[in-house]
Amino acid sequence: MAPVVIDTAVLERHGIKPDEYDRILQLMGREPNLLELGLFSVMWSEHCSYKSSRVHLKTLPTAGPRVVQGPGENAGAVDIGDGLCVVFKIESHNHPSFIEPYQGAATGVGGIIRDIFTMGARPIALLNALRFGSLDTALARRIFEGVVAGVGGYGNSIGIPTVGGEIVFDEIYAGNPLVNVLCLGISRIDGIVKGAAKGAGNPVFYVGAKTGRDGIHGATMASAEFDEKSAEKRPAVQVGDPFMEKLLMEACLEVMKTGAVLGIQDMGAAGLSCATSEMGSRGGLGMSIDVMHVPQRETGMTPYEIMLSESQERMLLVVEKGREHEVEAVFDKWDLHAVQVGEVTEGSRLKIHERGVLVADVPNRALTDEAPVYRRPMQEPSWQKAVQKLSLSDLGSAPPAQSAFDRLVAVPTIASKRWAYRQYDHSVGTNTIAQPGMSAAVVRVKETKRGLAVSVDGNGRFCYLDPHRGAMLAVAEAARNVACAGGEPIGGTNNLNFGNPERPEIMWQLGEAVRGIGDACRALGIPITGGNVSLYNETEGQAIFPTPVLGVVGLLDDASKTTTRIFKRSGAVVVMLGDNLGEIGGSEYLATLHGKVLGVPPALDLAREASLQKLIVGLIRDGAVESAHDCSEGGLAVALAECTFDSGGIGVTADIALCGDKPFLSAEAPGAKVEGLSGDWRTNATLFGESASRILVSASDEKLPAVIAAAKAAGIPAIVIGKTGGDRIRVTVDGKAAIDSLVADAEKAWATAIEQKMTGRAPL
Amino acid sequence: MRARVYVTLKPSVFDPQGRVVADALVTLGYQDVKDVRQGKFFEVELDGADAATANLSADLSAEAQRAQVEALRAKVETRVTEMADKLLANPVIESYRVEVLP
Amino acid sequence: MKFSVVVFPGSNSDYDAFYATSRVLGEDAALVWHKDTDLQGADVVILPGGFAHGDYLRTGAIARFSPIMSAVKAFADRGGPVLGICNGFQVLLEAGLLPGAMVRNDRIKFVSRVVAVRVEQTDTPFTVACASKQVLNLPIAHGEGNYYADPAELAELEANRQVVFRYSSAAGEVSSAHNPNGSLNSIAGICNRQRNVVGLMPHPERASEAALGSADGLVVLASAVKSLASLSFSRN
Repeated sequence: MAPVVIDTAVLERHGIKPDEYDRILQLMGREPNLLELGLFSVMWSEHCSYKSSRVHLKTLPTAGPRVVQGPGENAGAVDIGDGLCVVFKIESHNHPSFIEPYQGAATGVGGIIRDIFTMGARPIALLNALRFGSLDTALARRIFEGVVAGVGGYGNSIGIPTVGGEIVFDEIYAGNPLVNVLCLGISRIDGIVKGAAKGAGNPVFYVGAKTGRDGIHGATMASAEFDEKSAEKRPAVQVGDPFMEKLLMEACLEVMKTGAVLGIQDMGAAGLSCATSEMGSRGGLGMSIDVMHVPQRETGMTPYEIMLSESQERMLLVVEKGREHEVEAVFDKWDLHAVQVGEVTEGSRLKIHERGVLVADVPNRALTDEAPVYRRPMQEPSWQKAVQKLSLSDLGSAPPAQSAFDRLVAVPTIASKRWAYRQYDHSVGTNTIAQPGMSAAVVRVKETKRGLAVSVDGNGRFCYLDPHRGAMLAVAEAARNVACAGGEPIGGTNNLNFGNPERPEIMWQLGEAVRGIGDACRALGIPITGGNVSLYNETEGQAIFPTPVLGVVGLLDDASKTTTRIFKRSGAVVVMLGDNLGEIGGSEYLATLHGKVLGVPPALDLAREASLQKLIVGLIRDGAVESAHDCSEGGLAVALAECTFDSGGIGVTADIALCGDKPFLSAEAPGAKVEGLSGDWRTNATLFGESASRILVSASDEKLPAVIAAAKAAGIPAIVIGKTGGDRIRVTVDGKAAIDSLVADAEKAWATAIEQKMTGRAPL
Repeated sequence: MRARVYVTLKPSVFDPQGRVVADALVTLGYQDVKDVRQGKFFEVELDGADAATANLSADLSAEAQRAQVEALRAKVETRVTEMADKLLANPVIESYRVEVLP
Repeated sequence: MKFSVVVFPGSNSDYDAFYATSRVLGEDAALVWHKDTDLQGADVVILPGGFAHGDYLRTGAIARFSPIMSAVKAFADRGGPVLGICNGFQVLLEAGLLPGAMVRNDRIKFVSRVVAVRVEQTDTPFTVACASKQVLNLPIAHGEGNYYADPAELAELEANRQVVFRYSSAAGEVSSAHNPNGSLNSIAGICNRQRNVVGLMPHPERASEAALGSADGLVVLASAVKSLASLSFSRN
């Protein structure tokens, strides 16, 4: 390689800070050449090294009796009995989805699927958490349309159902949409394969798509803020090939059954650089490869380009020496060609050759474990206390409850997401028990009676107002949704979406949020087995709301004993489990009706939340309740309405007790501090407040005593609020009329709101 | 030698993608757009055909050379037409046009 | 009896069809690789859903050249029952085993939802156990399910009673409001002249157990079992 003088311009182009370069010199014991610098550049990027978040992530609970694999591998794994485990992880593809929505989202789906089957698990479900700007802008509509098509385009083709997720629209995400995708697979516990090199002398194979110049420095791009020019730059966008990945998936799962594969890793961010150095360092061994063996799609590629390419659908395998033919035979069957690119070596160095000539020689731990770790300064934002103050007198008068209700059911964040999920194949695989549009997705585990309930949740508004509590609420909501489908939460994965960590206030948000996730996971017994961090989500200095997204997986011993939010029949009793405190801080109501994101998010008593979740899981398992629905955006009134939607028009009549005039749970955990809650404000706080730890259930008259008794034993208030029946949603507050709508009208507004925004016309 | 194959839906077959593109163009202010038909475009490169051209005997007259090239072009056209018929287009709904490049 | 399910590279509902016929219906079933030339003693052949060869050229266009397709064609010619589901239907169209073609859904987007489908003909091996005009709730999941045939061909299909399934309302009413993809005459499935080859866009194998939301599709697979007694054709 021609010698290149490494000056400050070269370092800057590689995103390497001067002190980081000093560290490289120290670790190398000499000056690196340009290829070696490139390796450090991608491996030490925020995206690959987690250098800003690592100290915080270390505080999360990761152990538990069911944990088979915690963080650090391609994905986490949790024991579900019968010798099986569920393998799952969530990952973001935020920046690429802004630049090219379809391909960005599609390759995001492709990437997380590879993480799952790389572990030896067959992927059976996908979920996604998406954030976009307001659908009233053309930009947001274009990005939303492209992302949904990309998610569907990849998942549908490869044949893994997209079974659920959540979508939130807020202008804060206009220039930084979030695309977080969770994939879940099933494996035998003894069939798990890891991404570590084993046995010096064993051959290293490359299989899958050829390497091109696409996505070079994708990892470093994902680690820098957007500016005006990035939309213009359009760096080599990766293009997904779901057909190639389908072949790769089937071939890899088949080849792993032979037992000849000792280690396997997908080439995602940082491509071949990451796969070679991580497999070596995890196995405590070295690796030696020659780039001339790497299949190339373009001519004249340099070792630098080959090592840093982020071409999709490629895998690296360590194969037991002497059994190469077994591996080659399987790949040949699938018309894929596995080629040997190198071998595992003694020692701990990554050696890269070009036609036999050594062109890079780096201690692989220098690229991985020795990457810098920053304890970046944290500072509570100066505006934090101010936005927590909520003074109703500044907001003017409250609208009548009926008009607030009509607006809320049709606001895109609350409205049905069918416009999106009808583009996703959700029935392929014949495991989908709960159709999309429920609070949690439920899939069965074939060959067993078991089922898995999964939910992804995160409320950026709450986290903006109080990142610690907001993150706790995200964990609680995801787990509560899973519990409302009858699943006992057994594991979690997190996707941390934040702004620029070099700013102390962003770092404070991150630190507080991780602390909140840890607190909630410990209290609810949910180990975090992996996840992803996406930083620099800001445009022109405007950061997104701090948005930790939690994916929680729950286990049902009997998949047939699940339930949904939907009322099943007329004449059932409707019961609210939990307290209605009228907390409107950070609510969808305040944002939609008053255009404000203010106040303190709802209080959360973790011990009570844990009891509530145990209670609902038991009630569903015992068949005591016919439906169960968590109250979240839009509060009790919207939750009640959602129970009537998709029921075939079964209405509800309910009377809600007016909340107190100073809503709070306890002096230690005050909810939204609201001055002067009276009149319409108090009615609306009662109906649309978003207090945590509440579940609406419906039950028969015969089962009602059992429900009340179980709630009492659990220390959870159970209040009978009404009955199902009729064709209207009638809600009174302390006997005073508040909402009276035909189910059909409210449901039509809810079901078609997004279609109307997207097509500009009412759907057929 | 290279050939191009243009595949479009037959006029009688509804082309939803073409319609959406046409609508979008009108919305963008191109009110004179009457219709858009979307199609596929293939560029087929044939091995050996170039070599044959290069090996044209120099002692042939210009006219004979031209005739030889023409014969070759005709052969390529027949071959690519066969490909279009067999795979590149579905004759039930699509029509195609083959163009041999000089 | 034995169902042979063909696996093309990119098939993604092959195992679903295998599972529904073997585990749910309790019959013998085999997965047959597309490069094979032997249908493994099939009584019924299923071409499953998916994206064979990525559907990158046209849906089903490349799959018809797979080695196994000669065996499928010979099997069909002998009167053997062949069912093409979704992408399998598209392959049958491209292979000329069924008339017509598929174009993009009229509203462009991929459509994934449960639809009502009315059984139009009960004298095919895949509908013989259905009641006349029975309405089945079946999932669809496709981007190109908009059936097209030229007017003469369409008239012939109708005259020969080759339209086997039509999209309808839950009550069995056929109208454009219940047509999810713009298919001509609301066609969801057809058969050949000899009536032994049937293709449909909805997925009966995905609606074969109540736990999945509908068991309506099982009757399509069970029909094959029922019909076999009365069918006579040579397996080899």
